Amino acid sequence: MDTKHIKNDVDPKFLKKHQESLYDALEDKHTTVEILDEDPLNTKMVLNMGPQHPATHGVLRLILQLNGELIEKAKLDIGYLHRGIEKIAENKTYQEFMPYTDRTDYLSPYSNNVAFCTAVEKIANVEVPERAHYIRMIGSELSRISSHLLWLGTMVQDTGAVSFFLWTFREREKIYDIFDHIGGHRFTISHARIGGVANDLTDDALAMIKDFVNEFPQELKDFHGLLDRNRIFFDRNRGVGVLPTERALEIGATGPTLRGSGYAYDIRDFEPYARYDEVEFEIPTRLEGDNLARYYVRMEEMHESIRIIRQCLDKLPKGPVRTDNAKQAYPSKDEVYYSMEGMIHDFMMTDTGICPPEGSESFHSIEAPKGELGYFIQSNGTGHPWRLGIKSPSYANLQALEDMLDGEMVADTVIMIGGVDPVMGDSDK
Amino acid sequence: MEPVTTTSYIVLGIALFMLLNSAALAVYAERRVAAFIQNRWGPNRVGPYGLFQPIADVVKLLLKEDVTPARGFKTIHAIAPMIPVFTALMTVAVIPFGDGLYATDINSGVLYILAINSLGVYGITLGGWASNSKYSLLGGLRAAAQMISYELPMGLAVASCILFAGSLSFIDVVNSQEVWWNVIRNPIAAVIFIVTAFAEANRTPFDLPEAEHELVGGYHTEYSSMKFGMFFLAEYMHVVVGSMLITTFFFGGYHLPFAGLWLPEMGVTAKAILDVSVFVLKTVFFAFLFIWVRWTIPRFKYNQVMKLGWKRLLPISIFNFLGLAVIVYFWHHYIA
Amino acid sequence: MFENYLPIAILAGVAVVLAILLMTLSRVLGPYRPNKTKLDPYESGMDPVGDAANRYSISFYLVAIAFIVFDVEVVFVYPWAVSYLDFGPGTLVSMIIFILELYVGLIYLIKKGALDWDLKKGMFN
Repeated sequence: MDTKHIKNDVDPKFLKKHQESLYDALEDKHTTVEILDEDPLNTKMVLNMGPQHPATHGVLRLILQLNGELIEKAKLDIGYLHRGIEKIAENKTYQEFMPYTDRTDYLSPYSNNVAFCTAVEKIANVEVPERAHYIRMIGSELSRISSHLLWLGTMVQDTGAVSFFLWTFREREKIYDIFDHIGGHRFTISHARIGGVANDLTDDALAMIKDFVNEFPQELKDFHGLLDRNRIFFDRNRGVGVLPTERALEIGATGPTLRGSGYAYDIRDFEPYARYDEVEFEIPTRLEGDNLARYYVRMEEMHESIRIIRQCLDKLPKGPVRTDNAKQAYPSKDEVYYSMEGMIHDFMMTDTGICPPEGSESFHSIEAPKGELGYFIQSNGTGHPWRLGIKSPSYANLQALEDMLDGEMVADTVIMIGGVDPVMGDSDK
Repeated sequence: MEPVTTTSYIVLGIALFMLLNSAALAVYAERRVAAFIQNRWGPNRVGPYGLFQPIADVVKLLLKEDVTPARGFKTIHAIAPMIPVFTALMTVAVIPFGDGLYATDINSGVLYILAINSLGVYGITLGGWASNSKYSLLGGLRAAAQMISYELPMGLAVASCILFAGSLSFIDVVNSQEVWWNVIRNPIAAVIFIVTAFAEANRTPFDLPEAEHELVGGYHTEYSSMKFGMFFLAEYMHVVVGSMLITTFFFGGYHLPFAGLWLPEMGVTAKAILDVSVFVLKTVFFAFLFIWVRWTIPRFKYNQVMKLGWKRLLPISIFNFLGLAVIVYFWHHYIA
Repeated sequence: MFENYLPIAILAGVAVVLAILLMTLSRVLGPYRPNKTKLDPYESGMDPVGDAANRYSISFYLVAIAFIVFDVEVVFVYPWAVSYLDFGPGTLVSMIIFILELYVGLIYLIKKGALDWDLKKGMFN
């Protein structure tokens, strides 16, 4: 078809202006590079992939210009899952908003809780007890494994090996059970609190974590055994979707996508939060920048996570799990039920909440499974944030997709989406 | 060539019935084996061990709405699903299930099978094209390119079996393997034939035409109701037929290993029962192989399929054929 | 001779009847409530851009043409394979030459890049 006038061939039923400008962008995208963009043989095809597509990890939309099986140009359209979470935050106290963070990157809720709580603690100068730091680290690393397992399952499933999905989900099920015992929720755990965590680890939960840490490396070895020397999987990933280091930095890619492109940046190591400076771990990095590199980076990160959890379990100090300051954190349930002060404090925390100084602002980011997850908070001295911004890793990483897709084949799109590992809830907020 | 008798028609009727049944059984087996591989239970509610599940599936498909896309080509859209079913059913006529147990013996049986088999691609390609959906079109084009590419190595692999049989009749092909199965005499062609059989049946790792992950079902994206059901049925019939062909061409058909050397003479009924059971067992094994592979390994990319077909399998099969032709010639003229 | 094909003809009839029967059954038994949105072709929930049954990439035709060339080779091979043992070594040699000639064609096809589908190497990309 004549790609010069795609706009005339489509009759959008909704958001007319937005859709037309998207097709416009497809026409113009590479005009500076390719002047000869005529199609005299009329062989090009414009294909919508998503938002209602089984392999686009939710509601990601790609518009592809195809020549046979080749992608000549790709345009990205995101925002189908926008829920206005940042705006919602302005009408909630800090503690009330915390459960909303579970719903951004819903594959690693614990990391999001920790990211938000550390950001609030930074702006309000809240001290967190030592034990809580370690519990947060264990939770974050578990959720990293859980998130990477989902990535592994879906990415390998996108290459066509359907069974793999269920094998990784069996492992995720164990992590969900652990979360169930840690915080009482399997999925949206909401366990971190401003000033600590909701409750201490029970003996049950500790035993389960220990079991998991002992058993999981063997499973990981099995996954490696199934994939590393599988010729089809190897060939489908090697050299696909190459993102050079400079380009990755320009785009602002973070997390495994950046490390797969050969830039060893990990916030856990460069600006340690919690107690990451007291545990030893490597930053898996690959130089190739292709999908296979990203695969290896994530697989090795799971190894490192297990290592971190082991050290945390060894070092886990005794003590309280939440700061004992009634102006900064909720009192424990015992206090609330059996003492007048406790109940008043509980009421005040719920009603007013924690009040950072007026005019203060802070940005704090952590290394979430998908990359750098940051919360920017501006305070006007009340219990609600004046402005709250989320720097989500999926949004940054998705920008690399357009670059990577050009010149690859249709079958590669799903693998590359899998390799970048976006979560649309995180990207669209 | 043996003349056609009443037995032939009885065999034909039973074979046709069993092929339809085996497609249903293959669907059931696929779901149970997949469940076993994935640590699940699989269908176990409809009937004992879920055995009636395929019947429930068919009834469900029959009661669904038949949707034809408005911009599609309605006649071709309706004819397309019939073609794969037709070609799969047509193959049973010439396959021998036992000593003297076949519907008909024609002197061009092998050519007939290859011809009928290659017709199957029309159904898929036309179905993809007539839907007038881009995903379907891509699936249809992939199917066409893939199936014709793999027909060449398949044809040459079969041709290298003909060298031993010296005839295009299936009866002669099977009888030539009474002592030495072709898989022993001609292992390279056996591997090539098994790979191409997977490609011709559009099964993983060659299931790019449907590729549910990128093409959302490929050629049958726009099909619903029994039209989809017929593509579905045909796929499983092709699995069964493919297993039968692998058995017949390379694994001695109804012969036990080296049967000519040690198997004593038997009565007609006993021999018939033995032959059919041996044939069915081998077919079941290869059908299981089809299912096993489907649930364990990833799918090829389009350019990898083309590369494997044209740059690897085709040259190998050409040289395998030539080499065997020379060896057989010298063996026949100067040694034996 | 031709009566051996009679079962095949009968089988063809049965197959066609069976296929049509299944289609008709579903048409009769199933509901039919079409509407515009339902009959739209699937394009991931978006409005379809243009027509799908347009011209498509030339590379697919190349495979088809190459196939015809080599399929003719395979067709020649069959009658030869059945009866070459009855003839002298000349038949064997001439068939080897014939196949090798076509093999040179295959090498040309590969070197020319007609079977490469990557953006950089392909003939028409």
